[in-house]
Amino acid sequence: MTKTTALDIDSTLLPARLNHLQALEAESIVILREAVAEFARPVMLYSIGKDSSVMLRLAQKAFYPGKIPFPLLHVDTSYKFPEMITFRDAYAKEIGAELIVHRNEEAIAAGANPYTLGTQNCCGLLKTRSLLDALAEGGFDAAFGGARRDEEKSRAKERVYSFRDSAGQWDPKNQRPELWSLYNSRLRKGESIRVFPLSNWTELDIWLYLYAEKIPIVPLYFAKERPLIVRGGQMTLYHDGLKLLPGEEVRSEKVRMRSLGCLPCTGAMKSEADTLPKIIEELLTFRRSERENRAIDHDEEGSMESKKREGYF
Amino acid sequence: MGAIATDFQDFLEAHLGQELLRFTTAGSVDDGKSTLIGRLLHDTKSVYEDQLAAVKKSRVNRAANGHVDLSLLTDGLKAEREQGITIDVAYRYFSTSRRKFIIADTPGHEQYTRNMATGASTADVAVVLIDARAYLREGKLLPQSRRHTYIASLLGIPHVVAAVNKMDLVGYSEETFRAIRAEFVEFSTQLGLKSVTVIPVSALEGDNVVSQSKAMPWYDGPTLLEFLETVPLAEAGHDGPLRFPVQLVQRPDANFRGFAGQVARGVLRAGDRVMALPSRRETTVKRIVTWDGDLPAAAYPQSVTVELEDEIDLSRGEMLVPSSSVGELALPSIARRFRAMVVWMHEQPLVVGRTYLVKHTTRTARATVKAIRYRVDVGSLEHQQADRLVMNEIAEVELETNLPLFFDAYAESRTTGSLILIDGLTNATVGAAMIVGASESEGADGEQAALVLVAGRAELAERVRDGMEARGKRAVIVDDPLIPIESLVAAIRALSLAGVTAISARSLSVNELEQVRGFAEGRIVLAESLEDDEVLRLSGVEA
Ligand SMILES: Nc1nc2c(ncn2[C@@H]2O[C@H](COP(=O)(O)OP(=O)(O)OP(=O)(O)O)[C@@H](O)[C@H]2O)c(=O)[nH]1
Ligand SMILES: [Mg+2]
Repeated sequence: MTKTTALDIDSTLLPARLNHLQALEAESIVILREAVAEFARPVMLYSIGKDSSVMLRLAQKAFYPGKIPFPLLHVDTSYKFPEMITFRDAYAKEIGAELIVHRNEEAIAAGANPYTLGTQNCCGLLKTRSLLDALAEGGFDAAFGGARRDEEKSRAKERVYSFRDSAGQWDPKNQRPELWSLYNSRLRKGESIRVFPLSNWTELDIWLYLYAEKIPIVPLYFAKERPLIVRGGQMTLYHDGLKLLPGEEVRSEKVRMRSLGCLPCTGAMKSEADTLPKIIEELLTFRRSERENRAIDHDEEGSMESKKREGYF
Repeated sequence: MGAIATDFQDFLEAHLGQELLRFTTAGSVDDGKSTLIGRLLHDTKSVYEDQLAAVKKSRVNRAANGHVDLSLLTDGLKAEREQGITIDVAYRYFSTSRRKFIIADTPGHEQYTRNMATGASTADVAVVLIDARAYLREGKLLPQSRRHTYIASLLGIPHVVAAVNKMDLVGYSEETFRAIRAEFVEFSTQLGLKSVTVIPVSALEGDNVVSQSKAMPWYDGPTLLEFLETVPLAEAGHDGPLRFPVQLVQRPDANFRGFAGQVARGVLRAGDRVMALPSRRETTVKRIVTWDGDLPAAAYPQSVTVELEDEIDLSRGEMLVPSSSVGELALPSIARRFRAMVVWMHEQPLVVGRTYLVKHTTRTARATVKAIRYRVDVGSLEHQQADRLVMNEIAEVELETNLPLFFDAYAESRTTGSLILIDGLTNATVGAAMIVGASESEGADGEQAALVLVAGRAELAERVRDGMEARGKRAVIVDDPLIPIESLVAAIRALSLAGVTAISARSLSVNELEQVRGFAEGRIVLAESLEDDEVLRLSGVEA
């Protein structure tokens, strides 16, 4: 982490004052440890994106010098960018974490895809259903997620400990009060809690932390000449085997991804930012939110809330 | 390239060095809290274009004069937009060149007071909204404005700013503002609030939110944003004696045993003598371990792992405090009976005699409501008698826990003076409590023994157990041959933590007895040469 500014001349006597990233880090570590102390079987939802990368580093810090005391779970829709899968496997191995990959094989075999089903239904099957199945199969009573409140207006409403009933559903009108940092982890059989250690982090905080901590991330976040097609008004990265529709052609642009979801539903953006400082500089000039390039969030007003109620992360 | 890198480094340092201020809104329903937050975000250019476009496109718009309904920026739930009220806290983030802010926009509706308390519990500043037109209509502050100001004072929020809103609807009248200010200042003086500021605003028109109002030239104080950017922040909790509640024991291999937790108060230093509670064993801090390297010292809110010089008995829910050589004043209260201000948050009332679970620092215990000392009328602040508390009521309550808690008064320490109450059946969080202090009546009906040792007198063991059970105390005879003698100490300890008395007719070695003394403080009854009756009396069975 970056140097702290000493509060006192004799810094060996008084602890250094924390900068705001260190304060966020300290809060997240409390949350991670508290959940591990109180839940029988926690798991960490690992989506391979930038937020997951930060959350994973925080877990390494929280349990240092020990290892991360829970498995990572990746819900693979089969539509993830190939670079994400490569990165996932290599990184999990490097840090010695236990990785569980779960896919809704039945729906994948039946050909579930966003083009014919629509994003809502496709996400419902390949992400939400798949996630709920994986949690039930693993007997997990708590799942860490990397969601941040600044991402979206219904997330802004969510507790750090987000209670789910036995069907995995969220009731936003009836959340448990959550005072100070005293979290209520009491559950009845079948119920579970989603724990969000990054609740108070902003997109900028995430990037600054990735930079300050030198945390590796999927190369797709960095701008590079990449083959792509334009589909539904969105720049979709091209890869071998992608069937072109009439009128579509593959061209090459210097682009990067601002957030990583599934390949067909996450658009690329034109960018020259090929280093973290450049990404951060670029971020400061943005006038539009990071989820704008995700089809799922704006199918209709309040669509994220509906998904969350059903059990989506 | 070099230039860019230096610029970036400068930016990074400036940005990281920023202070973080957490503030919450409070006030009655429809006072304009969400609109004010929307205005603040909008006028500081903290709203992304697509988010603003979505608000403009929304089917709902309750804002007058053709304005965009900025409350929709925080009222993010469908039900909130449909009903036109805030139901639960929304957290929003923005920064200016001076500070970073975390906002909790809370609901004003009385039914959702618990969500207001949720947002306010961690705030440095409370922005209490007062609807100027509603004030003119009622001729006084609304009860909910008073309730929220009172809760803000109970929660120990260091600064309160009253934003007198909807000034556009009262012709930007200085007279109205002065009347409201006088009443608010008087009420907050009664509450003992130390830092109170009152600002006239219009959230709808943007007056005195970010930019100075042209419509109110008579006002020469700060705008709301100026206030938030400059209000002095309390120095992080270096002051006060050390409190380090253990969250987790880390044992990655046979060579390392560390105690992970967040420093809740004071300063933890490598090399310092510390005492473990409840065992009162003393040892020295060997290392303060973190992923980023060992630290010489740590303070709130740092999360660290402590390695100690000696192998002492310490686990989750226990606490490191200064060595006794520092003096009794540096110790927290160690008590099972204490008084606390309770904000009740559930439809099922709090009833005297009922037992709840409490979570205090990292310790979970069972707590029985011994008495409601008084209930507070939030309008008049008068104390009233009560034997139950319904939702949103506030009272000073006397609680008794099955294990001792290690606490400070909330007024001294928000971390070690706070606790939540949980209903053991439904698991709902039903109350928030701020500790006032240990009860004078502590020990009046005696602490429950951790161990009653009646070596060789099996029949007496049964009498003690039956007698205790008849008095509603939980007790277990631990002489089952399946419990090997080596595990006896661990069994007694586990029972003691669960608030159950262990009774044994076996003979314990001196060493084992010493170990029990380590955690049971004075709570051991040794029968040795005592008469049966005396043993029963000491065990709390006979008067
Ligand atoms: N004229 C005028 N109307 C305002 C002003 N501020 C808010 N309003 C209106 O007052 C109504 C309530 O505003 P909200 O911001 O939703 O109030 P709130 O305090 O957040 O309400 P709850 O969160 O439900 O307690 C809306 O119709 C706003 O447009 C103001 O300064 N002037
Ligand atoms: Mg509101």
